Amino acid sequence: MKHFRQLKHLPTHFYLILGVIVLAFPVYFALVGSTWDPGTIARGEMPLIPGRHAVENYLQAWRTGSGERVMGAPVATMMSNSLFLALAISVGKISISIISAFAVVFFRFPGRMLFFWTIFASLMLPVEVRIIPTFRIVADLGLVNTYWGLTLPLIASATATFLFRQFFLAIPDEMVEAAKMDGAGPLRFFLDIVLPISRTSIAALFVIMFVYGWNQFLWPLLMTTSRDMNTIVMGLVHMIGTGEAQTDWHIIMAATILALLPPTVVVIAMQKWFVKGLTETEK
Amino acid sequence: MERRVIFNNKALPYVLLAPQLAIILVFFIWPALQAVKQSMLMQDPFGLRTQFVMFDNFIAVLSSPHYLASLRTTIVFSLAVTLASMCVGLFLAVMADKQIRGANIYKGLLLWPYAVAPAISGILWLFIFHPSIGFVGLRLREIGIAWDYKLHGNHALFLVIVAASWKQVSYNFLFFLAALQSVPKSLLDAAAIDGASSTRRFWSIVFPLISPTTFFLLMMNMIYALFDTFGVIHALTGGGPSKATETLMYRAYLDGVVNLNLGTSSAQSVILMLIVFLLTALQFRFVERKVHY
Repeated sequence: MKHFRQLKHLPTHFYLILGVIVLAFPVYFALVGSTWDPGTIARGEMPLIPGRHAVENYLQAWRTGSGERVMGAPVATMMSNSLFLALAISVGKISISIISAFAVVFFRFPGRMLFFWTIFASLMLPVEVRIIPTFRIVADLGLVNTYWGLTLPLIASATATFLFRQFFLAIPDEMVEAAKMDGAGPLRFFLDIVLPISRTSIAALFVIMFVYGWNQFLWPLLMTTSRDMNTIVMGLVHMIGTGEAQTDWHIIMAATILALLPPTVVVIAMQKWFVKGLTETEK
Repeated sequence: MERRVIFNNKALPYVLLAPQLAIILVFFIWPALQAVKQSMLMQDPFGLRTQFVMFDNFIAVLSSPHYLASLRTTIVFSLAVTLASMCVGLFLAVMADKQIRGANIYKGLLLWPYAVAPAISGILWLFIFHPSIGFVGLRLREIGIAWDYKLHGNHALFLVIVAASWKQVSYNFLFFLAALQSVPKSLLDAAAIDGASSTRRFWSIVFPLISPTTFFLLMMNMIYALFDTFGVIHALTGGGPSKATETLMYRAYLDGVVNLNLGTSSAQSVILMLIVFLLTALQFRFVERKVHY
């Protein structure tokens, strides 16, 4: 009986493995491409197994980001810009959202619902649809090519505010009573009770927001003209150019693999929080 | 929903809300209003005089054959991406929901593409489908297909659809899996006892029960295809060849950033805002209904 059941599941395993392979396939190719010399790739002779140039290709990409034909910024520079962007956006979004949710839930004050709906309205204005007017405002403020201009317009978050609000509404009244009876003011209550019990929500949001920040493309593209401000995602698209056969694919592929490592590692390492964050924030 | 026990403080809540509200006012509401204002103004070619023209920009945009062509491209593109990534995601979720060994390992191996940026997804698929160096591109030419996404519009459209869908499968997989796991097993057991086949059980019980998730994903995928795929298109085709992969979003970018046509690009932004507004409103209406039954 047991064997019968296992056999019955063979097609399921087959389809799942097929799915895993299809999803991994493009990354495997990039991985192979990053280990060959440019000549082999340009002649269209790249085999399906890794070559012997991995170390030199990755070092070259990391240190210079350039080859014979590609002129990029060092991947090390671009990755640290991306890391900064991702951390600033995730930490910024979480900080300003947790305090605004705290204000909306634990206080009564004139304009409360108006402010809440204002935050809600921002959900309907993704950065893409207001890209040109936002760019003009940031330019008027003199923030083009600055880290402020790069991060500030992206750190408002309706979804994070909603998630924290839902979470705070579920905190039992008795807990708040007890804290107040012990003489805790709102700030003490926030720091000693709200913040510690919000840990998992914060971790969940962090994964989502980190990936969001790392993967930003259009905004950095408009906002940064100087090469040492380039993020890795936009820098890579610059390196590709028109995608000629003769370009330095080995460097581009090494940089591509490096670019997708940090967000992928964060998602896999924090899988539990990632799933929680995704299914709870966006619903 | 309201709390019974609250803190009394006059100034503190405003201080706590200030950073978020300041950013939303300066970088969200203000630019959106600017876009609406600009969409009703027209500048002369030298940028010396501006004139109020009411809906002329909208009329110009909506009657331009290029805009209508990119509207058609957008519809084809977003429907294809939504359908492809949702079908594959649902299929994999149904498989991973079964009581099999290693279900968690499969889950881990299927969700990581979520972390890949759309632009990088474009680069990965470019490397595979490149007509002269890509593995699949070369094989296609060997078997006699004149594959070249830089020359043929339909090849280019196919490639951006593949690259955009690939990345989105994980997202759909995850939501479908969560929905499938919340379907009561007792219902399925009862149907099995009544002799319903597994296909029948899926379409008559499971599929209707997960329809709120399906609808939610439909909206989210449409929004993804409309806006987030900018990177895919920019990295792969730049809207070409001859506008074959120019979506509404890409066109708004070209008109505003490359062609510097403020009036018409603002009108396009306003149209895009209306689309997001419509999709969000639809989604919330549906979620409300779901909650109240």
